Amino acid sequence: MRFNWQKVFVPLIAMALLLLFWEWLVWYKGWRSFQMAAPSQLWPAYQRHEALFWQYGWQTLWRTMAGLAISVVVGTLLGMIMGLSRIMNDALYPILVGFNAIPKATVVPVIALMFIGQHDFNTVLMAFLISFFPIAVSVAIGLSTLEPEYRDILRSLGASRFTVFWKIALPKTLPEFFGALKVAATLAFIGTNLVEIITPHGRGLGHLFQSAQTNSDFPLMFAVLIALAILGIFLYYVVVMLERIFAGWAERQPG
Amino acid sequence: MGNLIEIKGVTHAYKTKAGPFPVLDNLNISVPEGSFCAVVGPSGCGKSTLTRLIAGLMFPDQGEVWLHGERVRSPRKTVGMAFQNPVLLEWRSILKNVILPLEIVAPAMPRAGKEERARELLAMVGLEGFEDKRPSELSGGMRQRASLCRALVHKPDVIILDEPFGALDAFTREDLWQTMHELRVKEPVTAVLITHDLRESVYLGDQVVVLSGRPATTQHVMQIDLPGPRPLEMLYAPESVERLSVLRQQIRIAQGRTETERGA
Repeated sequence: MRFNWQKVFVPLIAMALLLLFWEWLVWYKGWRSFQMAAPSQLWPAYQRHEALFWQYGWQTLWRTMAGLAISVVVGTLLGMIMGLSRIMNDALYPILVGFNAIPKATVVPVIALMFIGQHDFNTVLMAFLISFFPIAVSVAIGLSTLEPEYRDILRSLGASRFTVFWKIALPKTLPEFFGALKVAATLAFIGTNLVEIITPHGRGLGHLFQSAQTNSDFPLMFAVLIALAILGIFLYYVVVMLERIFAGWAERQPG
Repeated sequence: MGNLIEIKGVTHAYKTKAGPFPVLDNLNISVPEGSFCAVVGPSGCGKSTLTRLIAGLMFPDQGEVWLHGERVRSPRKTVGMAFQNPVLLEWRSILKNVILPLEIVAPAMPRAGKEERARELLAMVGLEGFEDKRPSELSGGMRQRASLCRALVHKPDVIILDEPFGALDAFTREDLWQTMHELRVKEPVTAVLITHDLRESVYLGDQVVVLSGRPATTQHVMQIDLPGPRPLEMLYAPESVERLSVLRQQIRIAQGRTETERGA
């Protein structure tokens, strides 16, 4: 394949221009580091707290992944129950919609008060609570919209409900599942940071951000934001990789 | 040869909020072993209900369905189905799609044996060389051929074809009709073919059953005693055209367009 210069250099040049403009703006306005950070200050800010970045970054990452893992298990189970039973769907759907409508920032203090001091548990719980909804809904819709002919082909041979689920319904739902998992990964990440920022003495990058904010240390705040973006992108591409492996068949071949 | 499929006085109604919704009323059909029975009728007259009853996926309110001298009380491993929608599984290759029924019916069968059987069928319908393709890489006609292979792979004694050629263009459809005749020579099977194409019913059927409008009852049975496999030219031969016009008249009656003969 030919190396595509345009695909690589155009975005790089655009990003460089943006950073230059940002740098110039801070210099031109004469903003100090407690008012705004310039791009050139970010790397030194990172180096000053390098050990903390890695330690807290890991905490944020594993809490998010743990919450997401629970979401996958619980969300898939809920989706299965709702997708396979009309009655359970009618019973659970309004509850889920109602729960999902609650702004999750308001749940943080409730959880913090219920499980005082258990930061790891609280954070993982929050990451789970905020992210299971799209998974449950997509699995439920995937299962309930299965065309009856797909079922009949195996049912007419005397296959059990489980066999139909395992051989047809589950794999057929995978593309929707991974679509939802991409959304859920981003949401779980928000949940983790919500807890880390709002509750005192939490750890993780959210906590580092919070202490930077207390000191009006803009370079550190922006450095944390960029570290969070990198973690988020990493998480997203982990999901994309899993999708390629397990649901690659759903991708249209070009041409 | 006895009748392999016997449908005796089948009456069925769906339960809806507005009360029972009758779809089949005292339906009688007999299909001898190895013969093709084409079922035609106005749309929405309960033809698909009939397929589900024969497959044992549903049970009639009254009357009996018998296959091979046994009353149908549950799904049987000796039935194959194909629908208008080929419903191939996109995450499996064509070969693996065809193998699917064997995984249910004969889980102990060695993998090589399953693949050999599937390859043999795919070659018969002209899909040699497409075994490793994904369904989306095939044309509509080819997908329907693969779907027919899947219906036959476990050597069923009955296949239920629910408008399998209905969504294809006219020329592809004629190709598949011929394929169906060729398949019958190599894979003798008893079939119920639901269709809304009268020419198809005459070309492929050994008998044509015309159902009345809903609730459907057996309105007319026509024997097509023409030898098979039939060449495509036969579609336009006088003996076909003659039968077609009789069937056309029967459909008109089934749709309620003429007053005569109804219930006679």
